[in-house]
Amino acid sequence: MENKKELILNKEWCKGCWICVEFCPKQVLDMKDGKCQIVNLEDCIYCQLCEIRCPDNAIYIKTVGGNDHD
Amino acid sequence: MDASQLIQKYYRLDKLPHIWCPGCGHGILLNSLVRAIDNLGLNKDEVVVVSGIGCSSRAPGYLDFNTLHTTHGRALAFATGIKHANPNLHVIVIMGDGDSFAIGGNHLIHACRRNIDITAIVFNNNIYGMTGGQYSPTTPYGDLAATAPYGNPDSPFDICQLAKGAGATYIARGTAYHARELDKLIERGIKNKGFSLIEGLSMCPTYYGRKNRKGSAVDMLKFFKDNCIDKRLVDNNPQLGEGKILIGELYKSTRPEYTESYKAIIDKLKE
Ligand SMILES: Cc1ncc(C[n+]2csc(CCOP(=O)(O)OP(=O)(O)O)c2C)c(N)n1
Ligand code: SF4
Ligand code: SF4
Ligand code: SF4
Repeated sequence: MENKKELILNKEWCKGCWICVEFCPKQVLDMKDGKCQIVNLEDCIYCQLCEIRCPDNAIYIKTVGGNDHD
Repeated sequence: MDASQLIQKYYRLDKLPHIWCPGCGHGILLNSLVRAIDNLGLNKDEVVVVSGIGCSSRAPGYLDFNTLHTTHGRALAFATGIKHANPNLHVIVIMGDGDSFAIGGNHLIHACRRNIDITAIVFNNNIYGMTGGQYSPTTPYGDLAATAPYGNPDSPFDICQLAKGAGATYIARGTAYHARELDKLIERGIKNKGFSLIEGLSMCPTYYGRKNRKGSAVDMLKFFKDNCIDKRLVDNNPQLGEGKILIGELYKSTRPEYTESYKAIIDKLKE
């Protein structure tokens, strides 16, 4: 079964630092009312750059289905 | 729980979100450590993370390993005791630049000299964050701090050079911008059988950034992006390194490790 990737944002932990918004290579993210928001999901390439540089663990890529050993 | 598997596995979720300011680099560096430990497949019960006092030293409190939050500057002294008591443990020490190189400088140089098998990670944000932005031994010359309103008259340590002179056997520098690369540097530091020092360039947008008009956390990450270069590139073409901060694995050597030398003496006396 093929793995499906999902972009997950936990607004409760987001502190609105702009890091993920600024360094996303595909302009998927923006800032609204001091919190990150996903505005352009179609363009996401699931590169995890947002996850890697978010200081607050508030955004990440979840892999659903398939096996975990890919 | 709205957190990645990695975070769920290694963090004390009830302690999150952490207290660090928006855009503080410490959270990025801490995740690098967690990924390094995960990549190495270490048993959680065999990992001990020790810290002193400072914003950076809050880190172990968020992690689900054996953790110890000690006194300012003394993390390495406690860590030395832990490693001696049980040399099988992976002992990892997180310190700030003030914690490790100001008040804790003496412990640091002697831990390097002994080549004890500890991995020290310095979250270097060039300032005392926790106490309100006083200058530290890594604050650049001329920069502003709460205690240097007219510019810092002291020159900073190059902490990697200092660790090399003192005898550390693995030395590397990474940044919060180059977080993926930092994972690998920490992994190699943990694998080194001896004292490893990893300098992680962090950012304190709240004090150092604001005082020195270095802009936001994003601007400070861009600074790392534009001003750091991997040592391997410079080895091939030294001109590339001019005016840049070297990152990557800076030094590696082999020397007897302290707890092994100590054990050899005990074994000999038992004969
Ligand atoms: C013996 C002692 N002296 C001074 C202090 C006050 N103090 C707390 S944290 C700190 C410096 C923190 O700076 P750093 O180690 O660079 O870590 P950061 O907060 O920037 O991460 C100082 C001086 C203390 N707690 N204990
Ligand atoms: S995974 Fe990559 S493309 Fe998708 S939001 Fe994060 S940084 Fe942008
Ligand atoms: S990097 Fe993290 S904390 Fe910062 S804006 Fe993005 S999701 Fe929020
Ligand atoms: S004061 Fe500086 S080092 Fe401390 S949490 Fe805030 S940004 Fe981070």
